[in-house]
Parts: sequence; C-alpha cells; structure tokens
Amino acid sequence: SPQVVWSMLGNRQFCSYKMTTKTQNFCRNEYNLTGLCNRSSCPLANSQYATVREEKGRCYLYMKTIERAAFPRRLWERVLLSKNYEKALEEIDENLIYWPRFIRHKCKQRFTKITQYLIRIRKLTLKRQRKLVPLRRKIERRENRREEKALIAAQLDNAIEKELLERLKQDTYGDIYNFPIHAFDKALQQQDAESESESDAEREEDDDDEDVDKREFVEAEDSELSDFEDMDKLETSSEEEDEEEEEVEEEVEEEASHSKSKGKTPLKGPARRKRPYIEIEYEKETEPGTKTKAA
Amino acid sequence: AGEGNEPVPGHGTGPPAPERVLFPPTFSVSEIKNKQRRHFMFLRWKQQQRKEKLALKKKRKKEREALGDKAPPKAVPKTIENQRVYDETTVDPNDEEVAFDEATDEFAPYFNRQTVPKILITTSDRPRGRTVRFCEQLATVIPNSHVYYRRGLALKRIIPQCIARDFTDLIVINEDRKIPNGLVLSHLPDGPTAHFRMSSVRLRKEIKRKGKEPTEHVPELILNNFTTRLGHSIGRMFAALFPHDPQFIGRQVATFHNQRDYIFFRFHRYIFKSEKKVGIQELGPRFTLKLRSLQKGTFDSKFGEYEWIHKRREMDTSRRKFHL
Repeated sequence: SPQVVWSMLGNRQFCSYKMTTKTQNFCRNEYNLTGLCNRSSCPLANSQYATVREEKGRCYLYMKTIERAAFPRRLWERVLLSKNYEKALEEIDENLIYWPRFIRHKCKQRFTKITQYLIRIRKLTLKRQRKLVPLRRKIERRENRREEKALIAAQLDNAIEKELLERLKQDTYGDIYNFPIHAFDKALQQQDAESESESDAEREEDDDDEDVDKREFVEAEDSELSDFEDMDKLETSSEEEDEEEEEVEEEVEEEASHSKSKGKTPLKGPARRKRPYIEIEYEKETEPGTKTKAA
Repeated sequence: AGEGNEPVPGHGTGPPAPERVLFPPTFSVSEIKNKQRRHFMFLRWKQQQRKEKLALKKKRKKEREALGDKAPPKAVPKTIENQRVYDETTVDPNDEEVAFDEATDEFAPYFNRQTVPKILITTSDRPRGRTVRFCEQLATVIPNSHVYYRRGLALKRIIPQCIARDFTDLIVINEDRKIPNGLVLSHLPDGPTAHFRMSSVRLRKEIKRKGKEPTEHVPELILNNFTTRLGHSIGRMFAALFPHDPQFIGRQVATFHNQRDYIFFRFHRYIFKSEKKVGIQELGPRFTLKLRSLQKGTFDSKFGEYEWIHKRREMDTSRRKFHL
C-alpha cells in the first residue's frame, strides 16, 4: 500500500530517485509532477497519480490508477493533448475529473510551463543560431606549424623592400623623391628636349660626366650624394636647369622638414652632410649661371 | 655495433671484424639490448656518418675548385616553393580570358573607378576588449571604414541596409574565447564572400619597435604571390578595400603577402634612404589569414553557392600543393 511505500522510501530507506540538497529534496523520477520529493508528489507512493510530459513538441497526459497497479506494463495511460492551449486544459479537466484537486492543479500548471518553453524554443530557432565547430587539435597544431614555416619562408621585410624599390625604379612615385641619378636623368632629358642649340661636344662632355658620375656613384656609395650635388650644379648650363635644381632642392628640403616633423630620421644627404667631401671641378665650355648651394 | 670498430666482448652476432669496416648489413645498432651501450654505439655511428658527410663535402668542393670555370653550376636547393605542384589554374599575365573575366566581374566597377570603397567593420556577438581594439585599429588602417557594434543583428538583415547606405564591403571579425579568429569579407552589391581563418593577431602595442599611429593618408597596397585564378580573385577582393589613389606623401604601405596559402597582412611606413635602400617601420596591426571558403553571392551560409571550399581530406593530401 502507498503509505507503507512512503514510510519506507520517503523517510527511512533509500530511494534512488531522491536527490537531497541543503534546503530541499528533489525527485528525479520522470513521472513526477512537481519535481520535489513529497508525500503527495511521489509517483511511487501514490497509487492514483497523473503527470503531463512532452515528447517532440507534443504534450501527453499520463495517468496511473490503482486498478492497474498489478500490471506494470499497462500502468501508465497516455492521452495526447491538443495543440490548442485552452482545449488542452479542458481535456486535462475532462480526463482528471473526480481526481484530487492537487493533482489536477499541478498538471495544469506543468502543462502551462511546458507550452511556454516550447514556444520559446520555436522562437529561438528562428533567430540566429550559434554553430559550435569543434577544433581538432592535430589540425590546429599542424596549421600553426605550417604558418610559422610559411612566415619564415616569406621573408616579408625583404619582399616589401624589394617591391618598394621596384616601384621607385619604375617611377610610380613621380617627382617626390629625388635621388641624384633620377634628377640627373631628368635634367638630361630636359636638356635634350628643350635646348635646341646643343653642340656635340657638349653632349659628349655631358655623357662623359654622366659616365664618370655613374661610376662614382657605384663605387663610393657613401659620398655619392655630397659629391653629386656639386656636380649637378657644375654641369647645368641653361637657366631652366638651374630653376629645376632649385625646385628640386626645395622639394628635398621640404621632404626633410616633413620627415623631421614626423619624428623620423631626417633624410640623409642634402639635409645634413657629415663627411668631408671633395669639390670636383670639371672644365666645361659653359659656366653655371648661379650656384644655389654653398660649397 | 660491437663488430664495427671495437670487438666488444660477449657481444656477437657476427664474426669479429677488422678495424675500419662498417657495420655488416645484418647488424643494426638497435639490436643491442643494453641501453647505455646502445646509446654509446649509436653516438659512435652518428659521428661516423657526420665525418663521412664532411669528407664528401670537402671532396666535392675540391673537385669544383679544380674544375674552375668548367664546374657544373651549383645545385639549387629544393624548397617547397620550388617543388610546388604546378597548379593548372595559374594565371598567365597575358591571358585574355582572365582579363575578360576580370573586366566583367563584380569588381569591375571598382577597377573602373566608378565606386569609392566604403567599408563596414563589425564583429560577432558580444565582442571582448581585444577584438574591439583590433577593429578600431583595422579601421585606422583601412581608409573610409566604419566600425559598428553587432548587437545581435542578423547578417542577412544588415546586408540590405548596408547596400542602401552605399557600403561597398563588409568585414565581420569572428571572435572565440576573447581573441579574434575568423574574418568574413564580403563585397557588397552581391559580390563574393570570402571566409578566412585568422591567426596570430598582433595589436599595435604588441608590435615591437613600432612607429606612431597610422595617419589618415591613403596607403599603398602590395599584393604578393597571388598566382592562381583563385588567388587572383582574392587579391582583387583585397584591392577593392583600398581607394585607388594612394597618397605617397603618407609613405604608408599595406601588404598582403601570400605564402603557401597563408596571407600575411602587414602595415608599414617606409622611407627611402637612398636609391637602393629603403627602411620600413611596422605600424598597425598584423594578422595572417587562411582562406576557408569563397562564396559567390553575399553572405549566406545555407543557400549560398560556394565557389571554393577548403576540403581537408582532398586538398591537404600533398605538402607541395597550394591553392592560392
């Protein structure tokens, strides 16, 4: 009889469904109506009992009566409740008519709770789901290792520097940077293009000087700039070139000031000259008009 | 082995051999049961191998010197890049078909200068501090970009809004366990969507010897090593992030360097010290990307048409095969 069962399980002996905590006892039995371990909510200790459970989104009413107590297989009778909330409540009432108030009330409460959480599930699945993708340790390790090796193989700094120098050579930067070779080439081009009265001797001399310059440039890279500036001055024959030189000078100084204002190391060469340099004089037919730089 | 150089007493599977002979083929060092002795023999064996190798090298060097000019050219050491499996989709610079494709694909309006890039940077839900800071730094690196908080919005809903407000690109930085680990780059008016795995993210303060902050100048762009057709389209995607006319006064350069399918991003400031020397200083964040998938339309995980997905079992079989 249920009283005996309860006196055994509830208080004295061991019930495997019972979970005790500091403040309360819980019942883990799946047919339990409230989830607590009480005399009135223990499905083992009540011969007439009912619960509402849901399966795959549909709610069922489970009922247990004394008549079937001897037949464990047929013990729990299952009734499908309608999807309509009010109708389902009526069905519960209808099925549990003449049953104790407590069970009826708790069944309806439980049914309400269940429908509420089912609604929430449906709403959440419509929103964004976060997909958890498990990391595979071996693969992560492999990829990290390969990344390190690729980084070493890439030699990024060198590659970037090379690319930038390439672009400088291909003149994508235009007039911004004046390095002596470039300025000189430009000056030469201007000279060829604009001044019509060019004697061959002059040209030859220019070429010679250009060769000499180039040679100097390659061998003594340190002193290239300082020497170069002067030689550029010496060779300019037309005023236009002088003007261009001046412009170029200004640009360089501007650049230097720009770079100074940015706090970087200032441009070497025109801005500062540490090394002692030699002023080389070449004999030419034409003399330079103005000298913009002090020797 | 004992039989090799020193006949060790009480050890013997072979006959006691003369001094300088190498191990008889039936014996191996691993057959000795005693660990100490085995270790000792193994070290001895290793030393011998090394000596032989050195002797071989010397001999070769001598031969080379002896031959002088007639010596055969030095063998180029094999690298993974050398040995790379030839990819048939490698783009030939003169390929007309590719050129035609590129003139008519989704990036054509950008490359024809009809559109100005405008980027929206956002994260996944509830970003942590590191991700937020990374987004801000990325926004300083990429000109004309805006950072917006996600606040639980669905990407599919924000994409039409972005298109309405004239954004050209969308970057979503995915976060996991407080570090950014993924990047979704989507070109907006129904452009391709690329999903990358992001690793080794370094914020500005973690970079050693960094310079000052990146200024507002439009940086230059370097795209290295995007050889195959797929690499080409990814490269164009990156190019479409930056405006066309870099301001050389700024002297800033953003680099996307592809090496063995890893794309390294760096942001530098350069200065030309001379005709042949340039100094670069790293500012700005750095990260590496690995392409996971490329989708034809905008971001749509369910119904999207994938142009390329990284399938580990099929594509990772060879160490010398790369796809970008």
